[in-house]
Amino acid sequence: MRNPLKPLVEKFGLPRVIIVTFFLFLVAAAGGFHMNLMQLLSDCLRRWGMFGILALAMVPAVQCGIGLNFGISMGIVGGLLGGLIVVQFRVAEIPVLVNIHPMFAMWVAVLTAIAIGVVLATGIGYLYGLLLNRVKGSEMTVTTYVGFSIIAFMNMLWMLLPFTDGELIWPNAGKGLRNTISLAASFSNVMNNTLAFKIGSLTIPTGLLLFFFFMCFLVWLFMRSKTGMAMSAAGANPMFATAAGINVNKMRLIGTVLSTVLAAVGILVYAQGYGFMQLYNGPMMMGFTSVAAVLIGGASPKKARIAHVLVGTFLFQGILALGLPVANQFIPESNLSEVARLIISNGIIIYALSQVKGGSGRE
Amino acid sequence: MDKANETYVLKMDNIAKEYYGNRVLKGVNLSIRPGEIHALMGENGAGKSTLMNILFGMPVIHSTGGFEGTVEINGKEVQIDTPLKAMEMGIGMVHQEFMLIPGFTVTENIKVGREISTPNLASRIFGSSMETLDFKTMRQDAKKALDTIGLQIEEYVKVAGLPVGYMQFIEIARELDKTGIQLLVFDEPTAVLTESEANRLLEAMRVISSKGIAIIFITHRLDEVMAVADSMTILRDGEFVARKEIKDTSAVEIAELMIGRKVEKLVDDSIPDTRKIDDEIIAVSLRNYKVEMPGEQVKGIDLDIRKGEIFGIGGLAGQGKLGIPNGIMGLYKAFGQVRINGQLLNLNKLGDALDHKVAFVSEDRRGVGLLLDESIEQNIIFSAMQTNGRFLKKIAWMNLYDGAAAKSHAEDMVKTLDIRCTGIRQAAGALSGGNQQKVCLARALTLEPDVLFVSEPTRGIDIGAKKLVLEYLTKLNREQGMTVIIVSSELMELRSVSDRIAIISDGKLACILKPDDSDADFGLAMSGAWKGGKNHA
Repeated sequence: MRNPLKPLVEKFGLPRVIIVTFFLFLVAAAGGFHMNLMQLLSDCLRRWGMFGILALAMVPAVQCGIGLNFGISMGIVGGLLGGLIVVQFRVAEIPVLVNIHPMFAMWVAVLTAIAIGVVLATGIGYLYGLLLNRVKGSEMTVTTYVGFSIIAFMNMLWMLLPFTDGELIWPNAGKGLRNTISLAASFSNVMNNTLAFKIGSLTIPTGLLLFFFFMCFLVWLFMRSKTGMAMSAAGANPMFATAAGINVNKMRLIGTVLSTVLAAVGILVYAQGYGFMQLYNGPMMMGFTSVAAVLIGGASPKKARIAHVLVGTFLFQGILALGLPVANQFIPESNLSEVARLIISNGIIIYALSQVKGGSGRE
Repeated sequence: MDKANETYVLKMDNIAKEYYGNRVLKGVNLSIRPGEIHALMGENGAGKSTLMNILFGMPVIHSTGGFEGTVEINGKEVQIDTPLKAMEMGIGMVHQEFMLIPGFTVTENIKVGREISTPNLASRIFGSSMETLDFKTMRQDAKKALDTIGLQIEEYVKVAGLPVGYMQFIEIARELDKTGIQLLVFDEPTAVLTESEANRLLEAMRVISSKGIAIIFITHRLDEVMAVADSMTILRDGEFVARKEIKDTSAVEIAELMIGRKVEKLVDDSIPDTRKIDDEIIAVSLRNYKVEMPGEQVKGIDLDIRKGEIFGIGGLAGQGKLGIPNGIMGLYKAFGQVRINGQLLNLNKLGDALDHKVAFVSEDRRGVGLLLDESIEQNIIFSAMQTNGRFLKKIAWMNLYDGAAAKSHAEDMVKTLDIRCTGIRQAAGALSGGNQQKVCLARALTLEPDVLFVSEPTRGIDIGAKKLVLEYLTKLNREQGMTVIIVSSELMELRSVSDRIAIISDGKLACILKPDDSDADFGLAMSGAWKGGKNHA
């Protein structure tokens, strides 16, 4: 007899079935422990919006053919610099803006940070893309190490950059930037709080989710444009694209820049939701969590869609948000949830990479 | 000599082989006397490689269900089921691609795997893998093998950097050095050699055979067969055609046997031919045209293709016919002068051919022709969208994909070309070969080209789809006056639809023939007898 569930499982993919089951198990367990489920779900939603754009950065990278971009830290440092500049000049405290509405000043601050981040990320992404065009076939290894290298390089720069604001540098007139910079005075939670409302104890961070969906919509639009479609073709089959008169290297460059820019936007959205900017080794593993998220959502190193980002980020972050408190109930005072996070994120990356067929281009 | 008592070093009887229901060998016989040079000839796909794979007991044969027929060595029936067994029976092979280790010396390459060694203290304790190599004896052996074939080279030089011809000789020396070798297979040995190198190789073959070692000589070049072979076997479409003694036959007869006249007609003449082809109006003109396509080098071609004709480009695989369209489309580096309808093409500018209304259906459907994971709709409209800006609509400043227009066009195309699919959303990779080819064709036609290059239009598709594709190409040509250039390995197909056929041999134009020219002419042209000469048109 045929298993009626089989086609469904095939369509949705076995890993997703397992993860969804696990997620539902966590929800049930949280309920079983009489935990505040609504608050936990609010946390899921918040993390969904916070991490979503970082995962979205994978879409143009995969579609243009460079594969999973472990090196989104290239864009992240651009975004962080944007954030630092905004804090340095105290944009959120400019009286003219605050007089209109404090929230307005914060929005100006975060958007300015994003704008500066985008400009910087465009330049970084361009150079990064030039590099990736020279290492065709081993992009994923290279992106991983380039991602690590930029962190190490920035570790030096964070010490040397001429920022002077007291919020930024080590206290007592120390030298260099702090490890963790509070955004309380600039744009902390600005998106989360905009238009937020509550259903019972479930908080919906409307502004954050709208911004996330808006970015998804922009990427979706781009993917349906002439350039976007050319880029996808260049990624899927470079020879096919060449035969259609498309400059494959240029398309890869566009995809890489776009991915880097999205990473810059993503880190600022993340930072405002978290309330802090983390410098130094903070963003080191961001690439891995973003890669794991899209892969859980059903993307492969050859194909990534917006839907994969939406589903994947929700499941991955949902498991993390629920996993920590639930694991603590099982074994109090343990860091089981951290172990589970590592197993899930690294396990799913290994699973996805094992599905990749070697080589590229002509078979 | 009494024929009945004649002994054969190798006798393969009534060999048949099926790959997944596709019969590639249909009762082939091959018999070789000791010390003779026996040529094995046939077009691409005639079954030569499969036959050799059977002889060597290659895994590809046995993992696909084995073969029928018997193999006898020195009159005794044998079962060769691994390459090792073939080697033990004294069958050797000189490969087309050299299997040499560049960093090793000539001696080491000849002796690798069969080293001569002497015991020492360490080997007595740790076993024979620790024995000292006896370089002196090995050198002598290598020298002897090299001398046999007359290669003057110091046996201690490294293989890396040696000329191609030398490498070939080292391969041969290695096979000769194996004790008990009695049959040597040369798989197109002259394909990569210069003329003088080839002549030396043929000389070496004579020397080898005079020592009593039989040779199976696989080649496309008729002149070489006539020069060295004693006898020959011709295969065609997996069938045994004839075994001939060279002294009883002629180049023309061999050429005829290789091509063979086939009765089936691929295109019926129901489409009225009202074309007027003017010799003066040239659609595609090539001057000193060269393409660097690996394995399909084009080495300088001058060719004029008239507007409105169906022009065939034929020739054996690897001779460069595929390089012609691929170079024009910019897939590989091309040089020289290409004019489309009189306008000079910029070969360095990607997509320039598309801008001059040239479309191309690639021979490599899955590699170049299709986005396998994308829908049929995407595959059909893609090029036209990128080149002509069709299927896009302007919203604000953005050019966005016009799904509705694309859908209706794709549905039209599916209907016109009778593409069998579950719907235009089906992934192109899931279609059968014939339907994939129709999708490729649909994409090219969506470009509304003046000149259409179709490369291997019927490779790997069934006879029904073949007929439809060829008929459709004829219809396009007759009704819309499109210049159609078909590049194909299947001569029969070219002869059934083309007005003129250019035969490419060794990267150059051998000649231009008419479809009703004799089989012998085609055979001779393809076998390189008219290298870069004789213009027939």
